[in-house]
Amino acid sequence: MDDVPIESGLVLASILFILGMIGVLTRRNIIFMLISVEIMLNAAGLAFIVAGAKWAQADGQVMFIFILTMAAAEVSVGLALILQIYHQLKTLDSDAASKMNG
Amino acid sequence: MEVTFYIASAVAVYATIMVITRHNLIHALLYLVLSFMAVAVVFYILGAPFIAALEVIMYAGAIVVLIIFVIMMLNLKAEAVEQERKWLSRGIFIGPAVLSLILLVELLYVVTASGVSSSGYPMVDAKAVGMSLYGPYVIGVELSGILLMSGIVGAYHLGRQKKKIVHRFLEKAEE
Repeated sequence: MDDVPIESGLVLASILFILGMIGVLTRRNIIFMLISVEIMLNAAGLAFIVAGAKWAQADGQVMFIFILTMAAAEVSVGLALILQIYHQLKTLDSDAASKMNG
Repeated sequence: MEVTFYIASAVAVYATIMVITRHNLIHALLYLVLSFMAVAVVFYILGAPFIAALEVIMYAGAIVVLIIFVIMMLNLKAEAVEQERKWLSRGIFIGPAVLSLILLVELLYVVTASGVSSSGYPMVDAKAVGMSLYGPYVIGVELSGILLMSGIVGAYHLGRQKKKIVHRFLEKAEE
């Protein structure tokens, strides 16, 4: 049975991560930025899974569960922040929130 | 069997590119679900079926639905109906439908062909993950619990909106 080489899995993870990073850097809509962060977290989890498959250990999958937990907490807090920004500024443009006005 | 991995990878990369180049948020979310499902197929091929199920349930299910809820909360305007009609054009669904069909065929092929583990990697099942999660990593589980608790409290605190009081006698009636 032929193996999938571990390099191709890691290359896939890095491509997804870079795509997510491009999304964060180029989009101005704040929900798109949140989605891109999700893509990046997913790519990091994919790298853990690939490494765990390479060594046939469960540790990579445990790490993925932790990343999943963190992503869930992050997206709930991020969406609450988005709601608050939208009610304060009436826009989803992240440039509008460049000053904190503390 | 190796080719299934590369097909799923290509679908994942293409769907992710479509996510970050869409102008419409709902279309982007449609492709985002597809990207997560493609990554779930990759997980299955790599011998992690429990994580593949978790990916579909949590990412493609819970997180995307949460984002859709917020989008729907933000778009409570008069032009929302017109927008909805415009969004439901038929051509939009062709791309995601074709890609998810590819993934479905691939998943059926992987599941039915030659037992469970397909790529040469040994299958690490949910039991091994659970034993590891509640064995050496139990402190991580507790820290995750604290993180989720603070996430709930933070989301509640940030998402709370101040009530607009129009009359001082209505203040008590409102609470």
